[in-house]
Amino acid sequence: MTEELAWRIAGGSGDGIDSTSQNFAKALMRSGLHVFTHRHYPSRIRGGHTYVEVRADEEPVESRGDGYNFLLALGDSFARNPKEEAYYGNEEVKPLAENLDELREGGVIVYDEGLVDPSEVPDFEERVEENDWHVYPLDLRGLAREKGREVMRNTAGVGATAALLDYELQHIEDLMADAMSGEVLETNLDILEIAYESVQDREFTHDLRAPEGSHDEEQVLLSGSNAIAYGALDEGCRFIAGYPMTPWTEVFTLMTQHLPKVGGISEQVEDEIAAAALAIGASHAGVKAMSGSSGGGFALMSEPLGLAEMTETPVVLIEAMRAGPSTGMPTKPEQGDLEHVLYTSQGDSTRVVLAPANVKEAYDQTRAAFRIAYDYQIPAIVLYDQKLSGELRNVDESFFDREPSPDLGSTLSEDEIAEAAHHASGKFQRFQHEPEDGSNVSPRSLPGQEGGRYLATGNEHTPEGHISEDPRNRVAQMERRLGKLEDIRDDLDAEYDHQTYHGPEDADYGILTFGSHQGTVHEAVDRLNADGHGVKSIGVSDLMPLAEREVTEFLESVDEALVVEMNATGQFRGLIQRELGRFGPKMNSLLKYNGEPFEPHEIVEGLETIAEGDEPAPTTRFVPAAGD
Amino acid sequence: MSAFNAIDSDREVERDDYTPGIEPQATWCPGCGDFGVLKALKGAMADLGKSPEEILLVTGIGCSGKLSSYFESYGFHTIHGRALPIARAAKLANPDLEVVAAGGDGDGYGIGGNHFVHTARENHDITYIVFNNEIFGLTKGQTSPTSPMGHKSKTQPHGSAKAPIRPMSSSLTAGSSYVARTAAVNPNQAQEILVEAIEHNGFSHIDFLTQCPTWNKDAKQYVPYIDVQENEDYEFDVSDRKEASEMMYESESALYEGEVLTGRFYHAPDRPSYGEEKRAVGEMPDEPLVERYHDDSYEWERSYDLLDVHK
Repeated sequence: MTEELAWRIAGGSGDGIDSTSQNFAKALMRSGLHVFTHRHYPSRIRGGHTYVEVRADEEPVESRGDGYNFLLALGDSFARNPKEEAYYGNEEVKPLAENLDELREGGVIVYDEGLVDPSEVPDFEERVEENDWHVYPLDLRGLAREKGREVMRNTAGVGATAALLDYELQHIEDLMADAMSGEVLETNLDILEIAYESVQDREFTHDLRAPEGSHDEEQVLLSGSNAIAYGALDEGCRFIAGYPMTPWTEVFTLMTQHLPKVGGISEQVEDEIAAAALAIGASHAGVKAMSGSSGGGFALMSEPLGLAEMTETPVVLIEAMRAGPSTGMPTKPEQGDLEHVLYTSQGDSTRVVLAPANVKEAYDQTRAAFRIAYDYQIPAIVLYDQKLSGELRNVDESFFDREPSPDLGSTLSEDEIAEAAHHASGKFQRFQHEPEDGSNVSPRSLPGQEGGRYLATGNEHTPEGHISEDPRNRVAQMERRLGKLEDIRDDLDAEYDHQTYHGPEDADYGILTFGSHQGTVHEAVDRLNADGHGVKSIGVSDLMPLAEREVTEFLESVDEALVVEMNATGQFRGLIQRELGRFGPKMNSLLKYNGEPFEPHEIVEGLETIAEGDEPAPTTRFVPAAGD
Repeated sequence: MSAFNAIDSDREVERDDYTPGIEPQATWCPGCGDFGVLKALKGAMADLGKSPEEILLVTGIGCSGKLSSYFESYGFHTIHGRALPIARAAKLANPDLEVVAAGGDGDGYGIGGNHFVHTARENHDITYIVFNNEIFGLTKGQTSPTSPMGHKSKTQPHGSAKAPIRPMSSSLTAGSSYVARTAAVNPNQAQEILVEAIEHNGFSHIDFLTQCPTWNKDAKQYVPYIDVQENEDYEFDVSDRKEASEMMYESESALYEGEVLTGRFYHAPDRPSYGEEKRAVGEMPDEPLVERYHDDSYEWERSYDLLDVHK
């Protein structure tokens, strides 16, 4: 089997690192490989060290992996004035210097000698020797300038990559032909070929070659944010309101591009309070609607979220977590908003929180969130993070070959309203204490419908919607609203188990995680089992209502467990202990909150800490189980 | 066929059709200006022949917010300052609905000021009534954005150092296409203005002077008032922004001197509403979006057909 390819392209923000890597990933996908990308970028528009990794293999890949084996160091063309070194360091050499720590032994380095001077990289020669790296300096900038424009040095870099990996140029050429035309295309193709040829003449000292793969069917390359948008569209969502904030913007912009094409409405509004309120207004009027944000923006949505709970207005909100508190680290992932999302807003929470782990789950669970929201008249939140938001992964196109579902759930037609319960005064009973079908959902009417008039209010209210502080009414309404959560728990169980299991059933050790680290955990579980440990994992998606039965069964079946999450205080572990009220002595925490996602080896080391008393990785924090 | 028969119907309606089974005395004190707003709104809807089912009345929080409890229609009593974003989305989703939003001076010009500016800027086709009594009523008498300078209250015991907001001037500057001021002490003028505002295609803002006999004894300053349309001293072109602006400035300065001018201050009937602008650029469907969910023959687009760019 050929070694997997983990290709990293590094440069300055604004240098086209992102688009170049996307295109290369797509070319690899089209040529039959499974791909997975990991994106690292600073909170700056131009300049500043950025990189993207593309991991490609014959077998499906679902994590960034440990380190990488091919570096394309382009240099930062927007590097700051050297006088600012105190703040930014020598940005011109960062694309080379900053990336060496994770480059695997025997790895390949291509750097742009037109921009990067390796003599300024500390101990470069020694490290190359020590790690058996294979270095190919190329004047990529000069090449690009000679044949076209300097910015096309990315293309030159990709051409060189292809030659060094013995990868057919045709795949990349085809992709370019799809993306551009005319003179720009011609020039890019020229540069691609010249770079390819200029490397071919050299003698290769490395063994790494592009793996070969073959898919059975057509693939699409999607991020978690893309999948959320497509899930919403297929579930009949035709209204979105939002305010830009990284990384939620990725859902918002894709929806905004597509909605007018399918007769939907997108609104960019003045703030996140308005955004959530608009989604509620549109849903109240009878449209499937959504909004969303990231930590700070979601904080503003706290107030409308409570209104949706009290008025039982269906709505879907997306929360794309990034490192906090406050504006935190805008372009870095964290899972620190879990408690915020579970409990924000006044009063007792009646909401649903689902946390997808990968692109496919992001699609499926967004659809589930809409269905639940409209069936049960409750806000449903899709909680994910900056890592899943930006990572690209190939998925079988047929995965999306699904029926649309524009169903408005528990909403009545005018004929049904005529048959439904009305107060003696003729007013429609929108909020019945005990709905006729024995459920906790009192069906709703829509403004404009004959005979369905009612008042929706954020105050406590009678079955007709009149404001009321009557104690008996209050208790009846609270119990009905809270009762929906138990119904939803049963419903989610009956639909299909959103939780994901990995590893041998009889394992002694368990790993619990939620959200985007599931794939990394799977890779760690496989390695641990190969090393002779008996380990299995559960990735929990249903956070509110919590998948109590599944988590209980999992924890009961293991001797000890490691809870893996990307925050400093163990919020997920806290949720489990709060909801289940036990297992404290069984659960250890492995936490990471430096802005970088977990790598599989860190989880392996975390589990070994429990199993053998080893030290966990220096970038993580280990919190032993409570009690004894 | 429409899924909303009530909107299509052409029925005779009377003032009493807008009266629900509960009475406003529960919230509003005797002599409160809010009664005048309620009366004028019922009259205006009857004049317009709107059935209670085709009206969505969205209100904020405060005494004024209770309007939706005492007016029979579809109602949404929302949260403090947020009536407008909810109202405008409902209108975009179903342009056939008659959407009216209402709130107080604290609600609309204070906590909801941001939404007020942007709703006006976008010129949504909704009517916005702001109950302006220069005081926070339901929280028991604190200074509001329209309270005069020097106003003393529990929260401004030394007398307010802030100049009051100029609601009409702010509204015009922000982009409202209909701006009027009326007073609860004259429900007849108020009713006429409401009819005009609701018929207007675009954002209609009415600064509705309402007296608060409990917390703002100075409420008597609203009597008597002068109708700018009926007084020859105040000739100006109501469709001219500059003239309207000057009149508003004069009126807003005079208000705190005890001279109360009311009437229509600005009316731009030809400016397209936001929904029309959005349709023109292809951002909004021609038919009401809500109808699609009730059209069994509609073929729903699938994401599968949009995936080409990801291949």
